[in-house]
Amino acid sequence: MGMLEGKVAFVTGAARGQGRSHAIRLAQEGADIIAVDLCSQIGTVPYPMATPEDLQQTVKEVEALDRRIVATQADVRDTAALTAAVDEGVAQLGRLDVVAANAGIASYAAIEDISDEMWDDMIATNLSGVFKTVRAAVPHLKANDGGGSIVLTSSTAGIMGMAHLSHYVAAKHGVVGLMKVFAIELAPHMIRVNSVHPTTVNTDMVQNQGTYDLFRPDLAPGTATRDDAGDAFLTLNLLPIKWVEPVDISNAVVFLASDMARYVTGVQLPVDAGSVVK
Amino acid sequence: MGKLEGKVAFITGAARGQGRSHAVRLAQEGADIIAVDLCSQIDTVPYPMATAEDLQQTVKEVEALDRRIVASEADVRSLPALQQAVRDGVAQLGRLDIVLANAGIAPMGAEEDPSVSWQDVIDVNLTGVWNTVRATETVLVEQGQGGAIVLTSSTAGLKGIGGDSGGGQGYTAAKHGVVGLMRSFANTLAPHRIRVNTIHPTGVNTPMVVNEFMQTWLAEDPTIAGAMTNLLPVEMIEAVDISNAIVFLVSDDGRYVTGVTLPVDAGFTAK
Ligand SMILES: NC(=O)c1ccc[n+]([C@@H]2O[C@H](COP(=O)([O-])OP(=O)(O)OC[C@H]3O[C@@H](n4cnc5c(N)ncnc54)[C@H](O)[C@@H]3O)[C@@H](O)[C@H]2O)c1
Ligand SMILES: NC(=O)c1ccc[n+]([C@@H]2O[C@H](COP(=O)([O-])OP(=O)(O)OC[C@H]3O[C@@H](n4cnc5c(N)ncnc54)[C@H](O)[C@@H]3O)[C@@H](O)[C@H]2O)c1
Repeated sequence: MGMLEGKVAFVTGAARGQGRSHAIRLAQEGADIIAVDLCSQIGTVPYPMATPEDLQQTVKEVEALDRRIVATQADVRDTAALTAAVDEGVAQLGRLDVVAANAGIASYAAIEDISDEMWDDMIATNLSGVFKTVRAAVPHLKANDGGGSIVLTSSTAGIMGMAHLSHYVAAKHGVVGLMKVFAIELAPHMIRVNSVHPTTVNTDMVQNQGTYDLFRPDLAPGTATRDDAGDAFLTLNLLPIKWVEPVDISNAVVFLASDMARYVTGVQLPVDAGSVVK
Repeated sequence: MGKLEGKVAFITGAARGQGRSHAVRLAQEGADIIAVDLCSQIDTVPYPMATAEDLQQTVKEVEALDRRIVASEADVRSLPALQQAVRDGVAQLGRLDIVLANAGIAPMGAEEDPSVSWQDVIDVNLTGVWNTVRATETVLVEQGQGGAIVLTSSTAGLKGIGGDSGGGQGYTAAKHGVVGLMRSFANTLAPHRIRVNTIHPTGVNTPMVVNEFMQTWLAEDPTIAGAMTNLLPVEMIEAVDISNAIVFLVSDDGRYVTGVTLPVDAGFTAK
């Protein structure tokens, strides 16, 4: 018996990486899934983003667990598209209990090299996108007698500063502000709201040459390998590991979404191998 | 298949309340238990503390789950007593994986001498937690297979609540101090893959708060009672809610969670 039997979860950025892992872990616990992903590129993002095939793969993996999934290509920056996707998902699956606002992008530059476009894309996706996701979901959550659970994906960059990430750090700190307000406003409805703060996660967002170069400025651009970057990632964490796996974030999301955490709200939960207390 | 098959957990204050609930929940997940409790009264504590019968009840409930438990009376203020209990437990159960520093007192309100109440609560709630980690860390390190330690703080470890008595101020200071201990142990023990976190409960339905004295104290001072309301519309939470958070933290579900202050507080600290 899963911890989320009969529940429906809405996951953004579900085509791959952590989003796909959340969809699968939540489905393993019995939930049906409403999945959205942009499935195309954003101009200022220096690594390939997810594709429609990636989203199809998520659908396959959830269906292989005998759970239902309603998957749509939608942009978290686009209120109308998000609302349509959630409404359609609820129409087909009957209800909404859990929201995982996970979609996000990364890019890197020194302060003076962050273009207006980089800044605007970042804030629009990683901050406004989270707000729009929750805004589209809240009416469905309020319709439940038993309340619900919202998990916002922030980052260790939502707790501490990190060089060359002004826009990302600002957006991820902003997510914490949203979490605190949502927690207060939605508590009377027994809707809980928390944020998760991953350290480096083993996904395509970091496993790419641009990120390797950023973390190994001592090596010639384009030459740093996965292992070279791993050595640098290791120094961020207290525990002797380079990165965590997507499933480690999903396990925290499952905990927060389930009755195991029925009285946990307004909490920032780092899953960060001790990075913020180092 | 439980999340903690083959593991052994050391739990202080295990005779009743949250400590008993932790023993039972961890046993449900497959762990064997080393349990200690003072099982007698501390003079400055205005409500009845646990008894030897309470500790026996914990033993019964764990054994009913077909798990093993080694229980003894020991005072967390005594490092040698804790070391002895850990030695005996490990000798019988074979290993140690999990440490829960849960024992605590709440000597708030009416007091003869604030300095004595202050000292008692610092001795139990702060020094007792330090002793608990010191009595176990070498075992975990020598075993060389990592481990998970959870220190029970409180919402009073994050906010300045607790009132203006010596015991209340000592409680808040001790529970804040526990966070400092957690952060430094998280750093020193990480190379050994030993994780250390704190939990911060709001009011829990245990004999520590559900007793005549505490209810009168809260009723008499509306400012304290008013400051004690939760964000979620629940008056009190259950011991099992704290146990469930601990199961997450000490199991593989939380394998990379360390150095974290985890409120289980119905939004109390987020108000
Ligand atoms: N990977 C890490 O090291 C790391 C660390 C901390 C936090 N995070 C955060 O975790 C979340 C998930 O990232 P990931 O590691 O799985 O990376 P990822 O790139 O594999 O996945 C992100 C997904 O979000 C989708 N997406 C991006 N912009 C979108 C938009 N506007 N609308 C809809 N979908 C969009 C992408 O297409 C992609 O499928 C992000 O919010 C990220 O900031 C990642
Ligand atoms: N109940 C609450 O509302 C609440 C809220 C936040 C935090 N806490 C904390 O949770 C922990 C557990 O408390 P509880 O609610 O289960 O209360 P409880 O009084 O039912 O249990 C505490 C146990 O600790 C034991 N103990 C006390 N001093 C000891 C000592 N010196 N050596 C060994 N054992 C000793 C007691 O005998 C008792 O069995 C405490 O640390 C408490 O401060 C409780």
